[in-house]
Amino acid sequence: MGPAYWWMLFGMALVTYIPRMIPLTFLEGKELPPIISGILRNIPYAVLGALIFPGILFVQEGNILFGIIGAGAAFLIAILGGGVMSVVLGTIGVLAVYSLFM
Amino acid sequence: MENNTFFSGLKAGMSIAIGYFPVALTFGLLAKTAGLSMIEATAMSIFVYAGASQYIALSLIADAVNPLLIVMNTFVVNIRHFLMTASLSEKLKPEKRWIKAIYSFGITDESFSMLATSKNKKITTAFTFGVTLIAYGSWVIFTAVGHVVGANLPLFLQAAMSIALFAMFVGLLVPSMKGNRKVVMLATIAAAIHCFFYFTELLSTGWAILVATLISSVFVEFIYAKHRKTSELIYSREGE
Repeated sequence: MGPAYWWMLFGMALVTYIPRMIPLTFLEGKELPPIISGILRNIPYAVLGALIFPGILFVQEGNILFGIIGAGAAFLIAILGGGVMSVVLGTIGVLAVYSLFM
Repeated sequence: MENNTFFSGLKAGMSIAIGYFPVALTFGLLAKTAGLSMIEATAMSIFVYAGASQYIALSLIADAVNPLLIVMNTFVVNIRHFLMTASLSEKLKPEKRWIKAIYSFGITDESFSMLATSKNKKITTAFTFGVTLIAYGSWVIFTAVGHVVGANLPLFLQAAMSIALFAMFVGLLVPSMKGNRKVVMLATIAAAIHCFFYFTELLSTGWAILVATLISSVFVEFIYAKHRKTSELIYSREGE
């Protein structure tokens, strides 16, 4: 790759950093209307929903059963009260066993 | 205060670091196959630090797409972070602007979710640095490692680990869902809208997540706004 790669990298870094930085450095201390701050407080949970589905079902291309088993294991462990770490490691464990024997 | 230190941040960020391990490893491996040197691949993880867009960039590089288009694509995929940091700014303890400018670089889907669902009412700068540093370190280091050794990991383990980040999202979401109908609604509606865009192919993933999140957050807030009017006093006190 030549210098073009490094220019591209510079551009990618810039357009990724700006949306991260602007709200944190310029929103602080501003009193937002309650409806706006209500919406902003909702965002984490909505984002998580959108990040999980449908992506979790398609982690292995062409093998939706893999995704379904993974999603099922993750939700089950989480509902049973496992912390984030046990959900991650437990789900990997379940799928490792599954892909070892399938 | 006990749970708001740099060290507890590192501990909380550990599960992100574990989740990044396979993803970064795979990225390093794929970067190699796309023709990037180890320096070039690792530099992308150092300076861009955004998983999805880095993967997309790789496939576009392999297709010899115009670099300017790759940059624009990166912007579209990552604009959702604007929503996240806007949402997070309420939860962070006041801090000097330039320090916030530094740690804002570390806000990803994963660190944002971790910080935003943290039990601490207000998050300290130290905790934020703890979470973001260990995650960032894992991402950068395992990109380089992946470029060198990635292919040697047993296949069944590579496959199983591809679920890691999603499992982490589930682990963060489910505890907040318990006994909270609003959270259940928010997540379900956003998931349904994203599925709709995914299957109709109306929007690319970056935009789809952004739009699904916005619609769900606004819609649910308006439903609950009615409810809020009746309990305005309690709410406004809680918001102090």
